[in-house]
Amino acid sequence: MQYFPHTSEELSEMLSVAGVKSLDELYSDVPEAIRFRREYNLPEAMSEIEIRDYFDRLATLNDPLTCFAGAGCYDHYAPSVIQSIIQRSEFLTSYTPYQAEISQGTLHYIFEFQSMMAEMTKMDISNASMYDGATATAEAAMMAIAAGKKCDKVLASATLDPKVRAVLDTYGHFHGFDVVTIPEKDGQTDLSTLNSQLSTLEGVAGVIVQQPNYYGIVEDFSNIADMCHSAKSLFIINSVIADLAILRAPGEWGADIAVGDGQSLGIPMNFGGPGVGYMCCTEKLIRKMPGRIVGLTKDNRDQRAFVLTLQAREQHIRRQKATSNICSNQSLMALYVTIYLSIMGTQGVKEAAELSYAGAHYLHDALVATGYFKPRFEGPFFNEFCLTYDGDVDSLIEECADRGFLAGVKIDEHTIMIAVTEQRTKQDIDLLVETIKTIREDAA
Amino acid sequence: MNNRLYGNLIFELSRPGRRGYSLPANSFGKYSTADLPETLRRKEEAELPECDELTVVRHYTNLSHNNFGVNDGFYPLGSCTMKYNPIINEEIAARPEFTAIHPLQPDFTCEGSVAVISELRKMLSELTGLYDFTLNPMAGAHGELTGLMIIRAYHESRGDDARTKVLIPDSAHGTNPASAAVCGLEVVEVKSLTDGTVDVEDLRRLVAENQGTIAAMMMTNPNTLGLFERSIPEIAELIHAEGGLMYYDGANLNPMLGACRPGDMGFDVMHINLHKTFSTPHGGGGPGSGPVGVRKGLEQFFPTVGAFNGNFGVYIKALVYILTLGRENISMVGPLATLNANYIKERLKDVYELPIEGLCKHEFVFNGLKDKSTGVTTMDVAKRLLDYGYHAPTIYFPLLFHESLMIEPTENESKETIDGFISVMRRIAEEALSDPEMVKSAPHTTPIGRVDDVLAAKHPVVTYRQILSE
Amino acid sequence: MAKFEQGLYYSESHEYVRVEGNIGIIGISDYAQHALGNVVYVDMPEEDDEVTAGEEFGAVESVKAASDLIAPVSGTVIEVNEALEDQPELINQDAFGAGWIIKVELSDEAELDALMDAAAYEEHCNNEH
Repeated sequence: MQYFPHTSEELSEMLSVAGVKSLDELYSDVPEAIRFRREYNLPEAMSEIEIRDYFDRLATLNDPLTCFAGAGCYDHYAPSVIQSIIQRSEFLTSYTPYQAEISQGTLHYIFEFQSMMAEMTKMDISNASMYDGATATAEAAMMAIAAGKKCDKVLASATLDPKVRAVLDTYGHFHGFDVVTIPEKDGQTDLSTLNSQLSTLEGVAGVIVQQPNYYGIVEDFSNIADMCHSAKSLFIINSVIADLAILRAPGEWGADIAVGDGQSLGIPMNFGGPGVGYMCCTEKLIRKMPGRIVGLTKDNRDQRAFVLTLQAREQHIRRQKATSNICSNQSLMALYVTIYLSIMGTQGVKEAAELSYAGAHYLHDALVATGYFKPRFEGPFFNEFCLTYDGDVDSLIEECADRGFLAGVKIDEHTIMIAVTEQRTKQDIDLLVETIKTIREDAA
Repeated sequence: MNNRLYGNLIFELSRPGRRGYSLPANSFGKYSTADLPETLRRKEEAELPECDELTVVRHYTNLSHNNFGVNDGFYPLGSCTMKYNPIINEEIAARPEFTAIHPLQPDFTCEGSVAVISELRKMLSELTGLYDFTLNPMAGAHGELTGLMIIRAYHESRGDDARTKVLIPDSAHGTNPASAAVCGLEVVEVKSLTDGTVDVEDLRRLVAENQGTIAAMMMTNPNTLGLFERSIPEIAELIHAEGGLMYYDGANLNPMLGACRPGDMGFDVMHINLHKTFSTPHGGGGPGSGPVGVRKGLEQFFPTVGAFNGNFGVYIKALVYILTLGRENISMVGPLATLNANYIKERLKDVYELPIEGLCKHEFVFNGLKDKSTGVTTMDVAKRLLDYGYHAPTIYFPLLFHESLMIEPTENESKETIDGFISVMRRIAEEALSDPEMVKSAPHTTPIGRVDDVLAAKHPVVTYRQILSE
Repeated sequence: MAKFEQGLYYSESHEYVRVEGNIGIIGISDYAQHALGNVVYVDMPEEDDEVTAGEEFGAVESVKAASDLIAPVSGTVIEVNEALEDQPELINQDAFGAGWIIKVELSDEAELDALMDAAAYEEHCNNEH
């Protein structure tokens, strides 16, 4: 199968207009020594039937499991309308909306996305998306470094997702800032150490914490904003955005920058991507923000219109002095979560979060009641929690997987982290508990 | 595409009490978020729209009618490679056996997804002449950054810490210098000759001046004028002799398929925009995918640049595309894209100013109209094209000319489509002389006219809440 | 046509200094504002910041371009033009008057000798394109 429309008559006519005798001659400017003169070592072309067969075979090697894993990627409910709308080719096959006159569709939904992210986080401003929550966090750190005066480091809580931390460390190493750990105490950010770090360390551009934190615990961030601001640092919160339906929002904690992953707003897990990162900030910081921003304006017919704005921050104008190198991001996934939030609305996001919370607490108590598990930490949790297991976590996960369950994510040899979403029914949960009991009884 | 502005925001369709969702009843009994300490709960609700399902469906369907995609019409946007996005790619990528896999599942439960990754890595390596790829970068610019990180890590591993400069031609995409800056590298600009290619003598001088400090040279080939850099073997030798590495910006890889591989040109590290060369949709600005390939020995320096495996749902589409075309057809991609570009160039160069004669590759640049006497600019030509149902070419890039108009047709466009575009471009050139004011005030038939960029930038209004408080 | 006001000191990067005693009032030239187009934002330092001749102290943005502000002279910022926060267009309307950007206390008046007078600057602009 191929997608070339050229007939042989057209080919010869076009070649003669182009002033060459053959397709090969179009490359007469390429030195012969570096021309590619053999066939690629690739499979032969496949018809659609063969393509479907090929992927049928790969699909059988995958086992979609009943998912109780989280750790930054959650199996939330996706309303059916979303997929059908984002597949509309006017959205799917368009470019970045540089030509505003024929891109009002994209520009409108991005404006809606920005508005919704600002509502969820209770921040003033949002950009038009980032790659994912981890890179958004790294971008926030670079933004703080650029906004600060003579700053060379950020502080990051030990309760930040280690995968996010790894990306932050990568960016820090190459961009040239240090990432200093704020230690944890019983699974929560140690605020008294943070306070002394802020008063003793020089050049702290920002403080990064996560909500709920990596272990699923909902932390109390009271006073952190004041501590940061009196040390002239920015307060950066990375949140699981779906949980903000209920949880105190970054803006309500006094954050300067709110970042995170939008995957929890119904985006399929898809082996980790594509999701969408978000970044919101205070009005004061808008011109320090990386990425695309859509703003309101008027056209020459006096109609309300939307347009990419504040582009003088961006790479295509500022080159090496841009706020970031990011250009295209995850626009279609921004549309995904925009439709999700339109369908769910204020009540729907709360109800989904409530169900996730209730299911998680129900499972938590049921597992503790088996006697094989104990709570790992004391703090309040939302829809994800850590338990100490009296056996080997790897083999527990493996045996559950054999029986169709993804029981959770391993934290260490004896600690498992488990997440529940509104998609897990009471029967799913009861069945997981029974399965674990059976595994243990069979082993005994 | 509908030429009447729809114009609503979803917030304006909201009515308190409407519902568009349904969820199961809560059967878990006593558990409630009200048990969380009050200080941890939000005080003020998120004010999201409240709409029924049909309202939401109509709203976004209507918005889509004010958008223009590749499926709507010809999209000759230079440097963006707006090729056809095959529907089979979407069908395969949407299979639940792939979409329902959690990234942290045990390996034995996701061997299919793991195979997608390993197969694509192998195929990209073969297509580019490099040793291995990481698929994790999530966009082209992210790939550039990742590639530069690999280069820095390589130099650091040899204790060669002074290599902090990257040579970049003045014709490069803005992302190149921006990625270098994010990576903590200093940009040294290399001049172009009047024929648009790298000035090798200037490069030689810069290499000598910056001895011991050059981390890499970053190039795209063909360059942003669509011209093949014939001196590439010499340039690679020069940089390698100095101890630097060669970085290939894969933005212009499409015309090289079937003709010349970056690894054979002498490049050590590159990224590919799967959303350009390998047919995955642009999605209005992402999600893309920017895999990074390296020469043997550099794979140990792949950095962690995302939480999971990158945009899996995107690169599975690229795998479908490569398998669909197969070895017989993939070699035709570059030559046919190049033929289409040269055909358009030759058919229009009597009315548009072609600053550099000769063969181009997949794209070329005009410096505006040949006859500029009526003051019609490249911007005006681009906007007038919208009236005729075409997407505009890339304009005012590259910066080497004042009136750059950059045209890239791709291999999927038929002769009729291209001839139609050519005749409209010629008609606009005539209109520029016969009715310049009409061209200068274009577009006339699109949902909106030209927008006030100054108003938007001076007082940024970027959320609905800000509109309400105005 | 751009204006070239007499009596000011100009830099190659298009900033001017109006000297009043030991105070320098710094802005961008009328020629520069023409080239830049509608100014939408001015990034300015804060009072008491030090600026150094030849180094960046802020930026001027139009819709399609951004230009760094390079200090023509060194000194301590004693005032910034707060009116520009809401009305950046003052730079377009009156670059040499209401569109001034910062006032500095000059730390080395000898630095003025390295700058151009209006005639030399006009010549410099004519040679630019």
